[in-house]
Amino acid sequence: MKNELEKLDVYLKELGEIHPDAVGKVGQEVDDAVWVVGRDRVLDVLIWLKDKGFDLLLDIAGVDGLHLGRMERFEVVYILYSIKENIRLRVKVFLPESDLKLPTATDLWQSANWAEREVFDMFGVTFEGHPNLKRILCHHEFEGHALRKDYPMMGGQWCSSTRDLREDLDE
Amino acid sequence: MGVKGHAYAKDQAGIITTRIDEIVKWGRKFSLWPLPFGTACCAIEYMGVVASGFDLARFGAEFVRFSPRQSDLLLVAGTINYKIGPVLKRIYDQMCEPKWVISMGACACSGGFYDNYAAIQGIDQIIPVDVFIPGCPPRPEAILDAILKLHEKIDREPARKQKRVTD
Ligand code: SF4
Repeated sequence: MKNELEKLDVYLKELGEIHPDAVGKVGQEVDDAVWVVGRDRVLDVLIWLKDKGFDLLLDIAGVDGLHLGRMERFEVVYILYSIKENIRLRVKVFLPESDLKLPTATDLWQSANWAEREVFDMFGVTFEGHPNLKRILCHHEFEGHALRKDYPMMGGQWCSSTRDLREDLDE
Repeated sequence: MGVKGHAYAKDQAGIITTRIDEIVKWGRKFSLWPLPFGTACCAIEYMGVVASGFDLARFGAEFVRFSPRQSDLLLVAGTINYKIGPVLKRIYDQMCEPKWVISMGACACSGGFYDNYAAIQGIDQIIPVDVFIPGCPPRPEAILDAILKLHEKIDREPARKQKRVTD
């Protein structure tokens, strides 16, 4: 744990030389280090981190902070892992409700494909440049975004059509 | 043998007199071909019932088919959400008459503890159900009991007019 943090500090310093002020806040949540990055810098930081050996994108998570009373309602968290160094890192981006857009990370990690579709499906964040940004979990006729805090908890929606599986395979 | 009628044995040749309805129902009852629509943990329990421990074959319903065109018992085991709902309805529609439906487990019967944006609160909202099995998951004995209940129901129904109205 201590080694990890030291290593991350070194990374942070190196990153600061190339992309100064890219990382805003540095913190620790539960057992992972968190770097808060601005939306326009996130792709730079992710590219840099991948070159540094963060070869796995474990997941992309969305968070709706509707009741937290902060400026930006949504956050998107990239959870990265470096196999070589055995370090985990979360890169966090805050997004205002009026402008839910992020550049896609599918060019860096293949696993970003489905993870970004899930965040799009559940929170309505659009990832620009994504090859196939469609709902992944909810029915394709579903309206709204189910994990937003203002979506009714028991708000099931009757969807009636079935999709030909071949449609999905063709894409 | 379970058929209502009279049996004669004269000079070694066995003869049974009965009504056509009785013999048809008898055939249907003891050769149910289930289509296990397993979507969650209940399906695992169902596997236990079919396997040798509880041996569903004793009641003639062990011949599991994965094609709706070859089965006459739709056994819904597991959580049904709004996305799989249309698929379930379509599979039910593809099955030939006569057909029966068993809803197995709290999830299929009522949504179970998933009262949220995703889970349908009971499959009887989209297809007709003949037997509900409560439990999470139901004990194998409960599943065997449901098969026996279905036997009774088939016995009660007229054999030649088993058409249902679905829309
Ligand atoms: S009723 Fe219980 S065991 Fe059956 S599918 Fe639902 S959660 Fe699983």
